[in-house]
Amino acid sequence: MSNRASLFVTCIVDQLFPNVGVSMAAVLERIGWAIDFNPAQTCCGQPAFNSGYRAEARSVALHFLDVFRDAEYIVVPSGSCTSMITHHFSELFAAEPARLEEVRSLEKRVWEFSRFLLEVAKVEGVGASYGCVATYHDSCHALRELKIKSGPRLLLSKVKGLELREMEIAEECCGFGGTFSVKFAEVSGGMARTKIESIQKTGADVVVSIDSSCLMQLQGALHRAKLPVRTMHLAELLASR
Amino acid sequence: MAANHPEKLSTTLADANLQLAIYAGTGRLIDHRKNAIAGDLLPDYEDLRTHANLLKKHTIDNLDYYLEQVEQNVAAHGGKVVFCNDGTEVADFILNLAKQRGAKLIVKSKSMTTEELDLNERLEHHDLEAVETDLGEYIIQLAGVKPYHIVAPALHMTRYDVADIFTDKLGIEREVVPEKQTMIARAVLRQKFLAADIGITGANFVVADSGAVVVVENEGNARLTSSAPKIHIAVAGIEKLIPRAQDLSVFLKLLGRSATGQALTSYTSFLSGPRRQGEVDGPEEFYLILVDNGRTKLLADPDRRQSLYCIRCGACLNHCPVYRKIGGHSYPWVYSGPIGAVITPQFHGVGKDPWLPFASSLCGACAEVCPVKIDIPKLLLDLRADVTAHKKEQGESKMERFAFQVFAWVMRHPRVYALGGRVAAAFGPKGGEWLSSAPWFLNVAPVRGWLSQRDLPPPAAKSFRQIWRER
Repeated sequence: MSNRASLFVTCIVDQLFPNVGVSMAAVLERIGWAIDFNPAQTCCGQPAFNSGYRAEARSVALHFLDVFRDAEYIVVPSGSCTSMITHHFSELFAAEPARLEEVRSLEKRVWEFSRFLLEVAKVEGVGASYGCVATYHDSCHALRELKIKSGPRLLLSKVKGLELREMEIAEECCGFGGTFSVKFAEVSGGMARTKIESIQKTGADVVVSIDSSCLMQLQGALHRAKLPVRTMHLAELLASR
Repeated sequence: MAANHPEKLSTTLADANLQLAIYAGTGRLIDHRKNAIAGDLLPDYEDLRTHANLLKKHTIDNLDYYLEQVEQNVAAHGGKVVFCNDGTEVADFILNLAKQRGAKLIVKSKSMTTEELDLNERLEHHDLEAVETDLGEYIIQLAGVKPYHIVAPALHMTRYDVADIFTDKLGIEREVVPEKQTMIARAVLRQKFLAADIGITGANFVVADSGAVVVVENEGNARLTSSAPKIHIAVAGIEKLIPRAQDLSVFLKLLGRSATGQALTSYTSFLSGPRRQGEVDGPEEFYLILVDNGRTKLLADPDRRQSLYCIRCGACLNHCPVYRKIGGHSYPWVYSGPIGAVITPQFHGVGKDPWLPFASSLCGACAEVCPVKIDIPKLLLDLRADVTAHKKEQGESKMERFAFQVFAWVMRHPRVYALGGRVAAAFGPKGGEWLSSAPWFLNVAPVRGWLSQRDLPPPAAKSFRQIWRER
């Protein structure tokens, strides 16, 4: 094992939530991994793919393949972006056998952050400490496409001072859904409000997820409702000490 | 893009009582299903789903064979299979038969296929009275609306709504107690059963090797519909076929549990033709109408074919956070929820309701509960690609297309991407303030859409790549 990880920080984290990327790097370095960050990276192409623009998504995916061609472990602070790469890139190249082979090789090298910690780095406790009552939001693509359910909770249980309280509808969508959040704003907003009602009932002061896009949705709705609940990415919690 | 949503969507969201009714109704069904498939009760649930999926795949892939088989087997029992292309052909067959037999009154048990074909409206147009006998279906027929839900047609109505409809349509005193309302409907419908000339049912399954129609229900009205009148007509889509009677041991275990959380419904009827010699009851004539109405279009594509696996349990509706907000009548056709969003564009063409495949956060809750494992999110994504291709052909949505071309170009040019991010941040709101309404320089549809429901956090002072470079 080379103990070198390449970050794919995702465009949302890069531009809007850089602290998530910084935290992820800090955690990985703390447990002894050297970090590569290739600044040629941009986006996984999911916005175009989910909007039905396959040719455009394919061209972004090609760029991704180029950027990460030689990376052994690619670590991503998002279930959704990970899933785009590991579950949907192959659809974009279904008719191109050579590319498809590249995608198959890539799929095995891409790791969602929490899964990487548990299954590759094989750590559960990373020496984090953060006093709070937290509740965990299962992001849809992580839960249903990547089957990530207990991993992030296990990592949270090792954070000193943190009490984890399950909300009733942890598995229900926050309503983000990419362009859905603006094309069907009322529906999306309604879904967010249903979710934060459930978050509130736990009495938690922090809602945690492994996807910044869900957190942006929840954070925006919480702020609109003037509720004192903070949103934190798992990486940010694990980086705290 | 947002211009084409039905107005119903907004009015449903704004109606607090309706929201509560939908939430309570679907919530009950969710809880019941959850209890019914619990590991200790049904340890082989996941295997059953896989089995059901494979059985459906096999049947749909070999549909021509099974259609011939069922035609022969129904005839062997003295019944007749009638193949119809669409609602007009179905109505014509029934009208002709009614004319020949002098029939005036038809009783019907709940059938989504006949709702799909607008059969009641077609028959009424020719002065045939068709009365729905499932309680929920009877209520919505009186109300003059289409089903709100595949399994629970009056899911959106409270007992007070029902009281209003009964008072208005039956001319009776207002009654708000559900049990008493049921007795009122029962009294009316008993007379209809006794007087009816023809009974029309749907079919949950059509068993090819025995030529039997299987109908599941809880009220006994389907059994009466199929046995009291002299003529029984079952109407089913061609995708309702299953190869063998023994396959029911898979499907019946899944259907009731997925739909209402019942291990078995109160009644499961196996209807195989007219009364035989020596039998004391049952219809004198039996017809099985097998309808295409667009289904063969879905057969053509091996990837999309799985849309035809659906057994109409409604679980995807109950678990869909979008359906639970916008309700059944926001969808353009009788099939609502995730499965409706998948089959409607394939039946009607993607140009008709292009917004529909996009009305989803792609959360995947539908696929997770589907008893026959239809990959609904994948189908929605494929349909989205169809919609954008269609719009390109039509020269529509040019701005959106251009925006995604720019997006893709920028994402292939990291320096432009990085610069773009910094420019946006530089021109964005200053001073760490949250945005709750759009300033003039951000007054565009997506920002307005976002801010209509949520606030926008202040932009990060530096992007990750800047921080990384400087460290």
